[in-house]
Amino acid sequence: MSILAALVVAWVFGVGVYGAIVSRNLIHLAICLSVSQSATYILLLTVGYRHGAGAPIFKGVPLGSPAVDPVVQALTLTDVVVGVTITALILALALDVHRESGSVDPDEIAELQG
Amino acid sequence: MSRRDARRVLGLPVCAALAAVLAAGILAGPRFGEFHGAYGRMLNAVAVPQRHATNVVTSIVFDVRGVDTMGEEFILFAAVVGVVLLLRDEREPAGSTRADDVRSDAIRMFGVVMVGPVLLVGLWLAAFGLVTPGGGFQGGIVIAAAIVLVYVSAGYRQWSRFGRERLLDPFEGLAAAAYVAVGLAALVAGEPFLRNLLGNGQTGTLVSGGSMSILNWAVAIEVAAANLVLYTEFLESYVVPHISER
Repeated sequence: MSILAALVVAWVFGVGVYGAIVSRNLIHLAICLSVSQSATYILLLTVGYRHGAGAPIFKGVPLGSPAVDPVVQALTLTDVVVGVTITALILALALDVHRESGSVDPDEIAELQG
Repeated sequence: MSRRDARRVLGLPVCAALAAVLAAGILAGPRFGEFHGAYGRMLNAVAVPQRHATNVVTSIVFDVRGVDTMGEEFILFAAVVGVVLLLRDEREPAGSTRADDVRSDAIRMFGVVMVGPVLLVGLWLAAFGLVTPGGGFQGGIVIAAAIVLVYVSAGYRQWSRFGRERLLDPFEGLAAAAYVAVGLAALVAGEPFLRNLLGNGQTGTLVSGGSMSILNWAVAIEVAAANLVLYTEFLESYVVPHISER
């Protein structure tokens, strides 16, 4: 199980980075960045996991029963929110670039500008 | 060698370095399922008796890391302002053809039927954020999703009833301000910033958590309004030039 979780993190992160390297479209690039970042959510939740423990929510569960680490879950929440806002900003910048140069291909844009 | 090939070659050492850091980090970290973070254990033990919040994650977000969450809320706020500044009043030149009329009856029907339930789920997630799984961030995004269903099922004309910035901007601004106001109220009362002044309320009910529940609702409104402003901006730069052509 431990290897599987680590492999999923590495795979999701790697897919995103590879996509960012070969990307030919700024919108695709933004999505790749989101995919890479998703790996950090999985990593954080994996780190906080404890065998045989429930969610850190004690409604209807006796106090003191084993629960996974709530701190990393709160960090994941922050991670998600920041990720979404950055994606929105990048997409708006991509729209702006398209308006200025008529292209969303990073190589073409670079060539246009010399 | 084209730029794209060059990027691949340059990417190789970067990928190798990232892989090495990731492998080292995972190997040096705790074994899977055996994490014993001191803070997490302590918070799991004290959140219910001390804060009367059965959802420990939400109580961390709005109490232990309350100042952090305020910063996070302003990251959201700043990003929305950035998107608005980039897209507002710089609409694409009209001329392209875009149809946003919903033609499928199945989609229209499904969308209309789901708006109410999705809105209810969003309100429920936000309202019981300190009790059961959920919270202001999660509830806010689901509330925004309910309004997006209006666009999906009925097109831009119906959406523009909700998706008006003049309507949404005050919600967004006031919700962000409300968070700071709760923090400052504690200062005025001679307590540390963001100290819970309202008592803890009754565990497991809608009024548990004291001022945490106010912060929770402020964030829910902020997140819903901020996302709707974002969608409005993107939709307006996409749909409006076409509509004004007609």
